[in-house]
Amino acid sequence: MFEQIIITIATAATPLLIAAIGELVVERSGVLNLGVEGMMIMGAVAGFAAAFTTGSPWLGLAAAICAGALFSLLFAFLTLTLVTNQVATGLALTLLGLGLSGMLGETFTGQPGVKLPLIYIPVLTELPLVGRLLFGQDPVFYLSLLLTGAVAWFLFRTRAGLTLRSVGDNHGSAHALGINVIRIRYLAVMFGGACAGAAGGYLSLLYTTQWIESMTAGRGWIALALVVFASWRPWRVLAGAYLFGAVSIGQLHAQALGIKIPSQFLSALPYLATIVVLVLISRNRRLTMINTPASLGRPFVPDR
Amino acid sequence: MRVELIKRPQQSALFSAVSPFIALGLTLIAGAIMFSLLGKNPLDALYYYFIDPLTGIWDPFNRWQLHELAIKAAPLILIAVGLSVCFLSNNWNIGAEGQFVAGAMAGSMIPVLFPEFHSWIVLPLMLIMGMAGGAAYASIPAFLKVRFNTNEILTSLMLVYVAQLFNDWLVRGPWRNPEGFSFPGTVRFHEYAILPQIWPDAGRAHWGFIFALIAAVAVWFMLSKTVKGFEVKVLGQSPRAGRFAGFSASRMVFFAFLISGALAGLAGISEVAGPVEHLNEKISIGYGFTAIIVAFLGRLNPLGIVAAGLILALTYLGGEAAQISLQVSDKTVRAFQGMLLFFVLASDTLIHYRIRLVASPAAKPAELAATEAAGNV
Repeated sequence: MFEQIIITIATAATPLLIAAIGELVVERSGVLNLGVEGMMIMGAVAGFAAAFTTGSPWLGLAAAICAGALFSLLFAFLTLTLVTNQVATGLALTLLGLGLSGMLGETFTGQPGVKLPLIYIPVLTELPLVGRLLFGQDPVFYLSLLLTGAVAWFLFRTRAGLTLRSVGDNHGSAHALGINVIRIRYLAVMFGGACAGAAGGYLSLLYTTQWIESMTAGRGWIALALVVFASWRPWRVLAGAYLFGAVSIGQLHAQALGIKIPSQFLSALPYLATIVVLVLISRNRRLTMINTPASLGRPFVPDR
Repeated sequence: MRVELIKRPQQSALFSAVSPFIALGLTLIAGAIMFSLLGKNPLDALYYYFIDPLTGIWDPFNRWQLHELAIKAAPLILIAVGLSVCFLSNNWNIGAEGQFVAGAMAGSMIPVLFPEFHSWIVLPLMLIMGMAGGAAYASIPAFLKVRFNTNEILTSLMLVYVAQLFNDWLVRGPWRNPEGFSFPGTVRFHEYAILPQIWPDAGRAHWGFIFALIAAVAVWFMLSKTVKGFEVKVLGQSPRAGRFAGFSASRMVFFAFLISGALAGLAGISEVAGPVEHLNEKISIGYGFTAIIVAFLGRLNPLGIVAAGLILALTYLGGEAAQISLQVSDKTVRAFQGMLLFFVLASDTLIHYRIRLVASPAAKPAELAATEAAGNV
């Protein structure tokens, strides 16, 4: 029972973690992409469609990643090349993603999906207590942990990571040093898009194994909040994602147990928790000031 | 091939005026491509989308369609006019959908909780309650932003989900009409709680549209003719300059959120007391988000927003017409609206920059660059 709850929490946390880690890299490069929800839902519909037509959940996941990255290019072109307002363009990406996915996914509504298989290692998976937990979850779960470690290592232990952070902290100086600010930001935005796409694919290939319109239900926005909550540090994103996973699973279990609270109030808990957490983090102005990438959301036009 | 931007010495007046039209043109082209990909004749589709709902202008038997247009445009204009104050002052309220629902719930309290209270004062009270409800709900992200420095984008959006869930609980639980069979929703409002129609003989358009026009003119006046409007723009473009002028940024946060919340709330109660005539779980159909597109298409100018609201309302009606006549899914509407916002934002670049396509990146001879730089001065 306990083991089962931990596993469902991991399943709820994994898409949040992947999307938030992607957005963390984007924001570290100085770009605020509010289109996570839109890229995620595009990943979800592309993943479901590819898996449904080919029968392979792996091709589905690949399609989800590509869809997210391609869709993020739209945002990159507008904000980086045409220097449009990042907040407005991010909102546009979300609105377009929700609209397009609803249109593209209409034929798939109610169809049975293809599910990503769980890992099974003979002996190890059957170990008592920890077997399922450590050796029997879905492959994306392990990838999400690897991704967190890889991003933490990349950002703080490699030269390329330092370059990316410098672009996010002061794009003027980075440009003066001969760094191609726009190219780095393009790559970061596409990485974020790929991650959001993968997170969406996880929802439609594993979490629900169905296509439902607007199935992301605000998870992209919660991922954005997680980045703030984590003050732009990868391991704190991991902690935050599992905290939110626990809240959303907790409210589902409370609903199932028939607690005398209307289900709508319980469903509102993850959203209220997001607000509470944001308040707790943001009230410490010094802390947020130190960690926020200094060029976040500011437009950049290279001079020659 | 590379795109290069060259900053204009000042904003281009020409492109300020034509950029929304460029965006509309590009959206029509992209829409035509989209319909061809869906296997429909693009000209037919665009006809049903943008011309068919307007036939009422010259055909008296189709006047009702213009009324439907006004019904759809009213909430979009009301909400977008409020959002223009927010966006101009750099306050990103994207939770208007939640404030819309909050206003609808607050205003419905009177006819639902006091169904026996019949008087001419019921309707004005409902409208005031609706505005107060929307404003109160919008004051939450404003307060959190001012007091705790919390990002208003995320908090206002999270509150949308909370408002929708709370409304869902109300209409399925305590406020449910016991005689409503198994449908969730409150009792149908009595006649004193219904917004009158403008010309009942011709169609269903109600006073909500008139409220929208009044709000647009009032906010336009405030923004362009008063010191408060100047304050909104200064604090939005340069908070530092605003501080030197003695303007309070925190008070502006509340001002912008309360105005937009009140207008979204008015839109909510007008929708419930107008065409819907009772509160149900389906009142929130995304007007608050579409209004963001309306605000930008109207270039954040309340009078432009009236035109933009009518255009977006047209896409809703056109979507219905195309669904009936061409079996195009009504889901295309939102895709269409999303594309429009993209093209609007992209076209606005032309106001501040000249766009040039450069053949090979960075391989420009120094001489040429120097003469160009001289030419630009």
